[in-house]
Amino acid sequence: MTHPFLALTDSDREEMLGTIGVATVDELFRDLPDAVRFGRELDLEPALSEQETFEHLAALAARNADAGREVSFLGAGIYDHYVPAVVDTILQRGELLTAYTPYQPEMSQGVLQAIFEYQTAICELTGMDVSNASGYDGTSVAADACYVAKHATGRSKVVVTEATNPQVRQVVKTFAVGFGLEIVEVPHRDGVTDPDELERAAADAAAVIFQQPNFFGCLEPAPDLVVRATESGALPVAHVDLLSLGVLEAPGNYGAALALGEGQAAGNFTSFGGPHYGFLAGRNEFIRRMPGRIVGETVDTAGERGYVLTLQTREQHIRREKATSNITTNQTLLALGGLVYLTWLGPQGLRELGETCLSLGAYAKQRLEEAGLEQVFAGQTTFKEFGVRVGRNAREVVAAARERGVHPGYALGRDYEGMDDVLLVGVTERRTPEEIDRLAAVLGEVCG
Amino acid sequence: MKLIYEKSQAGRRASALPHYEGLPAAPDLPDELRRSEPPRLPEVPEFELVRHFTELSTRNFGVDTGFYPLGSCTMKYNPRINERLAALPGFARMHPLQEEDGAQGALELMWRLQEILAGVTGLDAVSLQPAAGSQGELTGLLLVRAYFAARGEGEQRRKVVIPDTAHGTNPASVTMAGFELTHVQTDARGNIDVDDLRGKVDDQTAALMLTNPSTLGLFDENIEEIERIFHGAGALMYYDGANLNAVCGISRPGDMGFDVVHINLHKTFSQPHGGGGPGGGPVAVRDILEPFLPVPAVVRRDDGGFGLDFDRPQTIGKVRGFTGPFGVFVRSYAFLRMWGPRLREMSEAAVLNANYVLARLKEAYDLPFDRLCMHEFVLSARTMKREHGCTALDVAKRLMDYGFHPPTIYFPLIVPEALMIEPTETEAKETLDAFCDAMLAIAREAEDEPETLKEAPHHRPVRRLDEVRAAKNPVVKYGFEPAQAPTEV
Repeated sequence: MTHPFLALTDSDREEMLGTIGVATVDELFRDLPDAVRFGRELDLEPALSEQETFEHLAALAARNADAGREVSFLGAGIYDHYVPAVVDTILQRGELLTAYTPYQPEMSQGVLQAIFEYQTAICELTGMDVSNASGYDGTSVAADACYVAKHATGRSKVVVTEATNPQVRQVVKTFAVGFGLEIVEVPHRDGVTDPDELERAAADAAAVIFQQPNFFGCLEPAPDLVVRATESGALPVAHVDLLSLGVLEAPGNYGAALALGEGQAAGNFTSFGGPHYGFLAGRNEFIRRMPGRIVGETVDTAGERGYVLTLQTREQHIRREKATSNITTNQTLLALGGLVYLTWLGPQGLRELGETCLSLGAYAKQRLEEAGLEQVFAGQTTFKEFGVRVGRNAREVVAAARERGVHPGYALGRDYEGMDDVLLVGVTERRTPEEIDRLAAVLGEVCG
Repeated sequence: MKLIYEKSQAGRRASALPHYEGLPAAPDLPDELRRSEPPRLPEVPEFELVRHFTELSTRNFGVDTGFYPLGSCTMKYNPRINERLAALPGFARMHPLQEEDGAQGALELMWRLQEILAGVTGLDAVSLQPAAGSQGELTGLLLVRAYFAARGEGEQRRKVVIPDTAHGTNPASVTMAGFELTHVQTDARGNIDVDDLRGKVDDQTAALMLTNPSTLGLFDENIEEIERIFHGAGALMYYDGANLNAVCGISRPGDMGFDVVHINLHKTFSQPHGGGGPGGGPVAVRDILEPFLPVPAVVRRDDGGFGLDFDRPQTIGKVRGFTGPFGVFVRSYAFLRMWGPRLREMSEAAVLNANYVLARLKEAYDLPFDRLCMHEFVLSARTMKREHGCTALDVAKRLMDYGFHPPTIYFPLIVPEALMIEPTETEAKETLDAFCDAMLAIAREAEDEPETLKEAPHHRPVRRLDEVRAAKNPVVKYGFEPAQAPTEV
């Protein structure tokens, strides 16, 4: 029986083999030495029909406690924001979904213009001059920034604040081995970074990476951190949440050299960690050091405006071992989701969303305090997330709360010593006041 | 057409957000942290948004639109069931930090995908974490580095051997992994030049990076000798899986002697390419490299449940957030379950289709290596350029007028005026014939009316675009000024 994903009939095969001048399909593989031929059937379960495949995977999906089954206050870098239907609609257009990197611009004006619009949106949000077409995620773009900074400064040390997302720090450390970079961490003091400590660490550093708001949800003294890094000759790199930038200042406006982060919150489902998009933007002076695709405006032979991949002499297919990065495939479709989402929000929607998250956060703090839970960094202003002490091991609290249908947040002890009793509670606009009341009731009960 | 920013009118919006009554006021933000000027995002109603992006889609060409023989990219059909599955709330709304007992279905799917990929590659262990092929390469090289460091040979083994046919990502990854490059040439049959190789592999060599079949679409006939040279020198072998679509169920990289492989899920296993991503770049390794794989590892526990193992003292660390691009795994796993052990038929059809197109075109274009090909092949427009002044670029642009996406051009670098053609298994003979007819017609046009090629495309939304101008005077975002004319270079 022919397979639904194949198109050749037996008579097609006969005719094609005749044109090629061989008798059998096997003969097409005559260049393979016998010793490397597999020569038996792959030991895989029998092929399934589409219907059987659906039932099998739907059964697997049903065994996951997704955010529709538990009221979830998990954040820690990936957030349950609402994704509007228009995102699905546009991303499922076959012309966009099933195209590849727009090497041939006359075939790909749709994707190219969309990336140009995406780059514009990222630059507007971050206050930067140039954005690439996307990186893999919020961790890999931080590693990219280290590579940019190494070559821009000739220095071989990168400073990362301890209050930066642990996953980001781990990925940066992994790639630093290959880049020949030393990574130094600056501890947090009461949930935020001390500018004096940062300045001492930044001497001789290529870059200083900090997160705003940081992993604990606290607002860093970002403009001061940027000044200290700059005075040390290090590139200040801001890891930011796009959805905070309707209410929080654009990093370009307080002097950051590069602004980057995880784009998931803006337009992508949580999807167990991916695929999402990382964004990376910088000041104009770094345009020829940027990793990845960049789309530029030009004209065609008739003088009409059009868009092409540009500055390709940075890239691996031209520059090979001297390229600014090895990236080819990026996250264009997810970045397109980001553009559609940001267009859907508009500037007013973005600001309202930020204000709603701030208000809901204030409400959640108040309700949890009433339930007897103390904030771990009580004096700090927070956005979307905050830590509370739960009086016992937070992982046990998570387990107990989940039995009551609420996932109360992330146990910070998984990444930070001495914080085994701290829960990081994430509140997006999808968590209603009633759900927050329920969280307070459940935590009041299980924290005892 | 207009940019979305040029359609923007103050006061319009597509979103209405929930309004919750009775909340406390948002806390006051310190002045220096508060947004000073709003970002100029577009202001459009929802319908305008949908029309804008729908119009953009009509100015784009995907596999769904037509034949897309972009060499080395494996532009095959992307089954729609995969999209439905990835969108199931049990997958799409799963948080990556959910506790293990709330993620059993997701973890089982990943574990099963790992098992299948290990079987297809003939290797022992798999990490799904890398986000794309290039990141898989870098991950693989860091594994090699960690392996030799653990053996006390880290300082000594600094060199990675790469043939001149390699993808540009290979040398870029070598540099990013902190290794040094050793180039090796291609012989007259399109294989690695083994004589050149022998003098270049020694106790300073860490690894070979090889794509097999190569970017010429040719299976290296000397693979056994190559394996003896590298393993004989104590070095490892890295397989760039970009061309795995040629050999599934036919020949396994592990059986060829490779120690580490990356797999492009968006090529061989049908994750849609998305206009440039997402991809997936799992690495499969021989048991000697398993201790170094990224954390967390997805494992099956003794009780039959599935879990994440962070306790890997020799790990290289993390290369991406969480456990990788999960939605990609859903699609590739579904695709693989619909093929099962019949996967061999997929690769056979891919190779048959490529050889058929090659047979029909090799009289009209130069064929630098006259052999049977695997899943793709490389022609050259060298003679056409010399005799008629038409280049590979002109052929590519003219193909657009016939309704086809062009092949990859000017790659691999060792073939002048290269046209790299990969039809994939999912195309019908009628489609292949129509493409061949167009290529033959273009070859005749080059003789009779070369200007038709040089001025192509004639029937796309834009004419040929000026890439030099874009690079000389980069305009990489909208200027927010009314109808600004592009400045002269």
